[in-house]
Amino acid sequence: MTDQSTTTAGPPAGLPEPARQGHGPSPRDLAARAPGRRQDRPGRTAAPAAAPAAVTPATAATAQARPMTGAQALVAALERLGVDVVFGIPGGAILPAYDPLFDSPSVRHILVRHEQGAGHAAAGYAQVTGRPGVCMATSGPGATNLVTPLADAYMDSVPVVAITGQVPSGLIGTDGFQEADIAGITLPITKHNFLVTHADDIARTVAEAFHVASTGRPGPVLVDIAKDALQATTGFRWPVPFDLPGYHPVTRPHSRQVREAARLMMTAQRPVLYVGGGVIKAGASAELIALAELTGMPVVTTLMARGGFPSSHPQNVGMPGMHGSVAAVGALQKADLLVALGARFDDRVTGRLDSFAPGAAVVHADIDPAEISKNRRADVPIVGDCKEVITELVAAVQAEQEAGQGADLTAWWSQLDAWRNTYPLGYTEPDDGSLAPQFVIERIGSLVGPDAVYVAGVGQHQMWAAQFISHEHPGHWLNSGGLGTMGYAVPAAMGAKVGRPDAVVWAIDGDGCFQMTNQELATCTVDGIPIKVAIINNGNLGMVRQWQTLFYNERYSNTDLDRAASAAPPAPADTGPGQLGTRVPDFVKLAEAYGCAGLRCEKAADVDATIERAMQINDRPVVIDFIVHRDAMVWPMVAAGTSNDNIKLARDMAPDWDVTE
Amino acid sequence: MNSLQPRLREQDPAASRHTLSVLVENKPGVLVRAAGLFSRRGFNIDSLAVGPTEHEEVSRMTIVVNCADHPLEQVTKQLNKLINVIKIVELDPAVSVQRELLLVKVRADAESRSRVLETVALFRAKVVDVAQDAVTVEATGNREKLDALIRVLEPFGIKELVQSGMVALGRGSKSITDRALRPLDRPAAGQAQ
Repeated sequence: MTDQSTTTAGPPAGLPEPARQGHGPSPRDLAARAPGRRQDRPGRTAAPAAAPAAVTPATAATAQARPMTGAQALVAALERLGVDVVFGIPGGAILPAYDPLFDSPSVRHILVRHEQGAGHAAAGYAQVTGRPGVCMATSGPGATNLVTPLADAYMDSVPVVAITGQVPSGLIGTDGFQEADIAGITLPITKHNFLVTHADDIARTVAEAFHVASTGRPGPVLVDIAKDALQATTGFRWPVPFDLPGYHPVTRPHSRQVREAARLMMTAQRPVLYVGGGVIKAGASAELIALAELTGMPVVTTLMARGGFPSSHPQNVGMPGMHGSVAAVGALQKADLLVALGARFDDRVTGRLDSFAPGAAVVHADIDPAEISKNRRADVPIVGDCKEVITELVAAVQAEQEAGQGADLTAWWSQLDAWRNTYPLGYTEPDDGSLAPQFVIERIGSLVGPDAVYVAGVGQHQMWAAQFISHEHPGHWLNSGGLGTMGYAVPAAMGAKVGRPDAVVWAIDGDGCFQMTNQELATCTVDGIPIKVAIINNGNLGMVRQWQTLFYNERYSNTDLDRAASAAPPAPADTGPGQLGTRVPDFVKLAEAYGCAGLRCEKAADVDATIERAMQINDRPVVIDFIVHRDAMVWPMVAAGTSNDNIKLARDMAPDWDVTE
Repeated sequence: MNSLQPRLREQDPAASRHTLSVLVENKPGVLVRAAGLFSRRGFNIDSLAVGPTEHEEVSRMTIVVNCADHPLEQVTKQLNKLINVIKIVELDPAVSVQRELLLVKVRADAESRSRVLETVALFRAKVVDVAQDAVTVEATGNREKLDALIRVLEPFGIKELVQSGMVALGRGSKSITDRALRPLDRPAAGQAQ
């Protein structure tokens, strides 16, 4: 099992067409690489999505292997693959790669402040562009700092390619300086990874990494390259054949299964389309709307699927799960048919699995066969890409309907509407005049509008952002759903803004989350990436505090981020609430120190004006410190490990499932 | 094989032994990917054997798992997701040849040696090394046969033993490598979708 030889006589690469056109650098490329041309850097930000080297007659002659170093081959491969941005930090083992990168005419490198920021930025970039995000780090600590974002991208199926330097191959295994077995470490948290020790393998491996990351169920792929491989001379060829005999993602659904699913959809009395993030990954929102409207079925969109089906659509009954709407949770629980599309029956959606949707037959469509029947047994399994599956479902349903099939969903809708109207999402204003965090988030959503990209961290603010912002478009809502990574928002927003410079990008963050990765504000300022960051500052690890309130007898062990302030005597009644939020650090001063605009808002009356002020500042990042009440809670809630049937609207307050309009 | 067993899930009463024949790329790290997957997802490996095949670039793992049908489906799907896994076939014991190799060093002095040799002959095993007071016996067979041999040799005194994982091949003329490996032989076949 140690034979490192690999077959090179593979089939032609299935690269996207534009990438195939490059046959080695053209004379123009070579000219662009002359040191004197480096200053053209800012102009390169607008490099087209897939920027192949121009094909000129001269290049045809050089289609044969062109001698260059492994590092040059790496950069040349990235260029041919259409990479326009790499987020990273150099260091010893990856240094050889940074030299040719310096001269690349089409690859812009964004120097982040921490490798975790590079990883999340790559994920943010990938989710708004649909193309793999690329991050780069050196060996050892550089590589291990990528572990969290890789795990995050793995859980949320985001195509990220991480390129790390490794100690020279002769040193591998000797505990060399800055050596870490990053391929071993990331084995369970990447879709695949590679250790490259020969320069000849670099271009092919990088091409394979992009292919694996972006096809099938997307996911992160790490390429660890030994320093001596980067330094050695090799012959660069492009396109390069893949050597992936075991990789064949299935995208075409089985037509018999699709027909069976359509048949069930025509006979069900209480059907629900249970939509997950796979629909967004597949770019299948338009098809989903067609299917929903054709069948009249209610739609629930999971945390990862917000925006995959418009929140404002009358058939969207909301988000299911632990903090889902009563109507969405009720729809799943009382359904007689679930049509799960690109969803994975996560525990935060199902609650206690054995009491989840007890009366429902399950149609489960996913591109990953291993998701089907993993948690909940599927009656009709469909393996395929959601876009193809939904397209075929639409055709199959049309055929059924033409044959006179179809159920009357009036009774089901009147039940759903009763839940919707009786138990809408809501919140109570704090009685001390302080800011309700939900109000702040709701106002941001209203004033900024659905065309912006919203990026959340993890915790209460994330749930409120999922609930109270109207998510109308796919790819406009980014958050860390599966891994629940605090610190995701700022760097992911940075990546999103780089991927879509034309879009307005708002990070909705908590004060706890923000303090984990706010160093990337320096990157945003220096590299001209004007994101907006709304800190929902309650001075606490709010979601943990909520659990302590509910389940740990209000014993607030280590969730107060500013104990000194909380311990101060309350302010006199006429001056309003006592000091809320954390003031250490002072986020306004911190923002200014980073070269951002810093704003603070503590009163409901100032919220709109503050948001509007932030919207007007576009020449630098903006950080708004919204000081909010610390006791606000996220409702509804299904307590962890309990049945969805026991959803609570507020403490000790359960919905009446039999309510009628 | 306890060292290969991760945290045990509650043993399902419906569990039974399944033999999976897994064709994998002969690349570094493939074994750890497969073994790591079992441990991470909480599946039990009963035995695992890996070695070369008639194709230089392909290795074959024979993995025996003890689980019910539903977890088996999950194991297979998860294994299939590993990029280096080319093909997985479950080998039904009724239509496959399944063998393990046993080497056992048994105490055999002048007095007991003839009885030991008799036992060895009965099991169609063979003696591969002889010392003053011990013989080393080599036997192949299915698990039941080897267990029986060990039981019979035990009274003589077993000094040490080593047992391989199971290897297996389907009966008949068909080969699972034929179809799975065609793309490797014919570079023109489109594999990247």
